[in-house]
Amino acid sequence: MMRCTHNQDTKFDPIVMTTMRNNRFLQAAPEGFLSAEQIQSVHAGRRGFMAGAFASAMVVAGTARGQSNLVSGDGDPNILNLPGHSKSLGQGVAARGYGVPSVHEKNLQRRESPGLTRVSQAGVSFAPLQGLFGIITPNGLHFERHHQGWWDIEPDKHRLMVNGSDATMLKKPMVFTMDELMRLPSVSRMHFIECGANTGMEWGNVAVPTVQYTHGMLSCCEFTGVPLRTLLDMCGADYRRGRFVLAEGADGSSMTRTIPMGLIESGEVIVAYGQNGEMLRPENGYPLRLVVPGVQGVSWVKYLRRIELGDMPYAAKDETIHYVDLMPDGQHRQYTSVQEVKSVITSPSGGQVLLDKGFHNVTGLAWSGRGKVRKVDVSTDGGRNWKAARLESPVLSKCLTRFNFDWSWGGKPALLLSRAVDDTGHIQPTYTELRKVRGTRSIYHNNAIQTWLISESGEVKNVQLS
Amino acid sequence: MFNYPEILDTYFSRFSLSSNFCIFFRLSFVYFAQFLRSLRLVFWSLFCVGITTAVAAQPNFQGIGRPATAAEVKAWDIDVRPDFKGLPKGQGTVSRGETVWEAQCASCHGSFAESNEVFTPLVGYTTARDVQTGRVASLQRSADAPTRTSMMKVSQLSTLWDYISRAMPWTAPKSLSADDVYAVTAYMLHLANVVPADYTLSDSNIADTQKRIPNRLGMHTAHAMWPGKELKGSLKPDVQGSTCTQNCVLEAKVTSFIPDYARDAHGNLAEQSRTMGGSRGAVTLNTVKSTSESTFLEQKPATLPVNNAQVATKNIANMISKADASGAEKSVIKYADVSPILQKFACAACHSVDTRLVGPSFQDIVRKQRARSDAAAYLASKIKAGGQGVYGQIPMPAQQISDPDAHKIVAWILQGANK
Repeated sequence: MMRCTHNQDTKFDPIVMTTMRNNRFLQAAPEGFLSAEQIQSVHAGRRGFMAGAFASAMVVAGTARGQSNLVSGDGDPNILNLPGHSKSLGQGVAARGYGVPSVHEKNLQRRESPGLTRVSQAGVSFAPLQGLFGIITPNGLHFERHHQGWWDIEPDKHRLMVNGSDATMLKKPMVFTMDELMRLPSVSRMHFIECGANTGMEWGNVAVPTVQYTHGMLSCCEFTGVPLRTLLDMCGADYRRGRFVLAEGADGSSMTRTIPMGLIESGEVIVAYGQNGEMLRPENGYPLRLVVPGVQGVSWVKYLRRIELGDMPYAAKDETIHYVDLMPDGQHRQYTSVQEVKSVITSPSGGQVLLDKGFHNVTGLAWSGRGKVRKVDVSTDGGRNWKAARLESPVLSKCLTRFNFDWSWGGKPALLLSRAVDDTGHIQPTYTELRKVRGTRSIYHNNAIQTWLISESGEVKNVQLS
Repeated sequence: MFNYPEILDTYFSRFSLSSNFCIFFRLSFVYFAQFLRSLRLVFWSLFCVGITTAVAAQPNFQGIGRPATAAEVKAWDIDVRPDFKGLPKGQGTVSRGETVWEAQCASCHGSFAESNEVFTPLVGYTTARDVQTGRVASLQRSADAPTRTSMMKVSQLSTLWDYISRAMPWTAPKSLSADDVYAVTAYMLHLANVVPADYTLSDSNIADTQKRIPNRLGMHTAHAMWPGKELKGSLKPDVQGSTCTQNCVLEAKVTSFIPDYARDAHGNLAEQSRTMGGSRGAVTLNTVKSTSESTFLEQKPATLPVNNAQVATKNIANMISKADASGAEKSVIKYADVSPILQKFACAACHSVDTRLVGPSFQDIVRKQRARSDAAAYLASKIKAGGQGVYGQIPMPAQQISDPDAHKIVAWILQGANK
């Protein structure tokens, strides 16, 4: 057997164990994280130093490096003693025909929120935003939402039908195979997808601990496919009468949603088969899904089998029973589709413990279903003062935008917030501002400013202010 | 709203298609004088672009796609619209619906569509008055209903028919005949007292039946979250934030955070974060005491640094006062403390500490609900509002109990419900 099989479990990998033993933070912690006692002792020790009268620059620097006492004699044993991978032969090409993440990255998984849904086929798994970089979500970590379980559909047998709600809505209803769809001119575009219920558990109060659960029904990919407009044109669509489009899935739920014609006519809505350079993943609708930029994920119908052009909205189950926004007066808003301007700091974020005082890169994501992100401000004092964060390129329409912000943590309690503004001038609201209009009983479209409390121990907590 | 990249895509694809034609035209002019060539190129390029834009909106994608047959459209076009277009002819009685329901639906939804075991209850908390007014009153005050049933929310009868037909039963979707879909729909409407027991729902009376749907008027589209004007919504978002950057008005208090006892509700967070970088996941196994909360609470406001003093002081004072106010959650509640309350409200008649009587034992409740992050609020609301379906079909009545008493019971339950 090749050595990689041993790597499946870090506990039995001598290199991993050595690395861990020698890591200045991770002494004798085989699971790869600081124990509570270690965190306590690190902080206690550092506070002791700080309280001392000899806090000269040199001493502080040494202290800030943490466990310098572990470096004994001539220096760091990680440098002085060459590791196995520097002194022996590694593995060959194509040892893994489809590469997988390092064994050290096992902690980053899609996860369910306990108690949120009772049936996994109609459940949600959240993307681990706390560990993702940039704006693209790796396909294997894309959040999942299924309405009647997922399938790995045989692409040879998958068909897309385009028809009209009556005989004159289209000149001719048509059927396409995957072969045919993939012969048509394609476009590739980067867009975020966010469930309308993202952050929905937090409408009334703090309910979940980490950004994975508060904001993890959010992902962003480069999608490749054919503009839906192309197919409707081929069918001879009557755009004057046909102002609404129904999209329908091929799975058991045969999910249906009414798609806004404006986004189809602009060429934005895509019948997509590609996701980040490969085919869609089965959990994300293989082999065909609709991409409706800026609109909540439920409209991005997976396993897309049918498009119907009609002259009225369809009142699907997910338009009159679910995905309706309950307002304080007891009325439901129906067809709320756009995901409005929103941002969140992904690190430091809830459930993390900062290892040290000093410099930290505050990083996060901002997005708007109406266009581009124009600006993101960050506050470290609970919202009293705000400074602009750096927006990293690319900044694209209806796509995640990564922001970064320089911050030096003095070790004292702090409240970190981020606030996005989009290019229509729409500003992300506080919870107070949001609840003033929409109350607390909606499940959907919570785009309020998120607050993370950094406590003196370095632990970050999800809190709400009012 | 225009999206410039898309417009450019379309423009360039047209341009490149037309450039093939332009090569043909260019050959015709190959003997013209050199100085004219570039000029004509520009002219013909523009001319070709004009032609393709005006005449052919897109190329003829020859060989791609084919007309759908009538049988194919019939097989897949199963949607039923709000105007009931698409509804097949047929009919079904409430009584037939009850038979189908018991066989196909009750195992998940309960005999009366009230079960909360597998899915949220379908029927309940609508009234005869709602049927008249078209507005479900219990949606207006959350205290009136512990949950939101499908019947409370649905505004269109077509939705029920369409969804049952396309997606039910759960493990065998699309297996019900049209008549049985009518029958099941009729039975659900009867359970909600929308139609009488001898009702027959059919394609000919379904539009009239729509006029009795309890929440048929309880919705609108007057918002800015539909992109386009088709639904006659608003153009301006209903909520707008502030761009203040200095000395802004603070939301001064931390009013909500996860209590210590729910620290491990999402498992050990240390195992959910990357093991390198500027942070590690917090160890939240239940054996570990919160480092942050205790450190935080031990700090006296006076010892805090100046730069963050204002916010942090408010913050800590706020957290301390919160802890004091909910002292019940912090200190150990003994059985002797809650026993008089359990007796007073006759809880003990149905619930014992460790064995199931009429209702679940308190320790059953601990096991089932402890993982919920909102367990305290949830249990308190259950005590006050009553409930049914979580542990079985015997309902628990609502209790006229004070908040402090309810919270005391809940705190004792969440501490393990020990005698």
